[in-house]
Amino acid sequence: MKTLVIAEHDNTELKSATLHAIGAAIKIGGDIDILVAGSNCDIVAQAAAQISGINKVIKADAPPLEHQLAEDIAPIIVDLASNYTHILSAATTFGKNTLPRAAALLDTQQISDIISVESADTFKRPVYAGNAIATVKSSDSIKLITVRTTTFDAADAAGGSASVEDYSAPASSELSKFIKHELSTSERPELTSAKIVVSGGRGVGSEENFAIIEKLADKLGAAIGASRAAVDAGYVPNDYQVGQTGKIVAPDLYIAIGISGAIQHLAGMKDSKVIVAINKDEDAPIFGVADYGLVADLFDAVPELEGKI
Amino acid sequence: MKILVPIKRVVDYNVKIRVKSDNSGIDIANVKMSINPFDEIAIEEAVRLKEAGKASEIIAVTIGPEKSQEQIRTAMAIGADRGILVKTNAPIDLGGVEPLAVAKTLKAIADKENPDLIIMGKQSIDDDSNQTGQMLAALLGWAQGTFASELEINDGSLQVTREIDGGLETLELKTPAIITTDLRLNDPRYAKLPDIMKAKKKPLEIIEPSDLGVDYTPRLEIVSVNEPPTRSAGIKVESVDALIDTLKNEAKVI
Repeated sequence: MKTLVIAEHDNTELKSATLHAIGAAIKIGGDIDILVAGSNCDIVAQAAAQISGINKVIKADAPPLEHQLAEDIAPIIVDLASNYTHILSAATTFGKNTLPRAAALLDTQQISDIISVESADTFKRPVYAGNAIATVKSSDSIKLITVRTTTFDAADAAGGSASVEDYSAPASSELSKFIKHELSTSERPELTSAKIVVSGGRGVGSEENFAIIEKLADKLGAAIGASRAAVDAGYVPNDYQVGQTGKIVAPDLYIAIGISGAIQHLAGMKDSKVIVAINKDEDAPIFGVADYGLVADLFDAVPELEGKI
Repeated sequence: MKILVPIKRVVDYNVKIRVKSDNSGIDIANVKMSINPFDEIAIEEAVRLKEAGKASEIIAVTIGPEKSQEQIRTAMAIGADRGILVKTNAPIDLGGVEPLAVAKTLKAIADKENPDLIIMGKQSIDDDSNQTGQMLAALLGWAQGTFASELEINDGSLQVTREIDGGLETLELKTPAIITTDLRLNDPRYAKLPDIMKAKKKPLEIIEPSDLGVDYTPRLEIVSVNEPPTRSAGIKVESVDALIDTLKNEAKVI
């Protein structure tokens, strides 16, 4: 067994999602290599080499790979594939965009978003928005897999001393060209890896009112999330969205404020360890999954909570 | 410009699904079926491009049972000009026609139809794989603009804004290209009665997978399908003070 994990990074920092994908690779067993493809990404390759239990880091460092476009990353994965039994990436927007492109070129049926490794060829994955769990067994000779990061422990980022091997990438396909990024800048912890998440829904009522959610989150050192309704209404940017089609989170504490609890939202947060719901509608479905529910007007309860906590 | 819009017949998003008692799959007999919501957004986007004078023809294509004609007709009522059904009795949600097989089918159709643009949903809400568009782009050797929240086409240049972790990314794609839709690309319209009537007369071609030389033997065996672990409701607390006390002393999370 030999696994290649595709690193996710921004040419300066290795994303924690990669450590969780390695966590899944450890469950599969055997040697683990990491592919770091980017531009001026040596610092990332060095960080990857420090991860505990890594055999080798393969570094593809070239200017056209700066933005890690799927059209240029997939051929590298395809070229390396014959050395591996498994190829993994985190089920982030990067992994979701890139890995299926490589899978099709390898004539392999990818397994998306696994939540457990049953054996080297059998995995569990959620279907129907997490309302059912399918156990699937792959007959492909190389298994391409994306990993739900919240269900696998992160590998230890320190303690390893893998070698870094240079790989020279083929010329860019020039099919697509990066124009710009509009990234949210925030001092708060990242939503998918935060220990505490405070989320607001339609009940918050406006972009301005979201300040009370932010205050509570900052008091708790929490990340901020939102329901699809709040995102669609323009209260917060799209990358705050927790749910089936947004981010999947599983923090120690999830506080849902003014969120009714649509099934799509529950799919994104129901694996949280402790769920608190604050909503004035006592029949809101969110109370059906909450460990602790408080039926109250959020405009009274949230500032009080923030003041007293 | 010719646009191909692949769509899928899925259990309506409002239906609470039931796992079959033999754990072989989901019971989809006698439940309401609809167009996959992301695919509806794809049709709407294609229709808007046609209304803006940027597209000349929209072809809706689906793979599925005979009854998938209903979803093609709905796409036509929204504005697709004609339809293609690749008819199969294999399951299309789990354990049957998989994303790779769908991508191969769509490649065969694209080779025949030569569209300039393919717009499709980023994932179907049954299997939730989020693979088909990327796979089809790979098989065709085309550029891909996945999880699109904005699409701009001007004089042969195509810019797509994508929803990514951490924000938005804008790419320029060479055409022909594949776009997969995210939720905020548009709000699909409701088909009006006269359009529903008109849709009944639009051409719908029915073909077999064997006509396209594709094989639907699954690569993934469904070992079992189970209910997820359930989470039961906890307790209601009476006040903010009681909530803080519980979180500190009982749950010990703050």
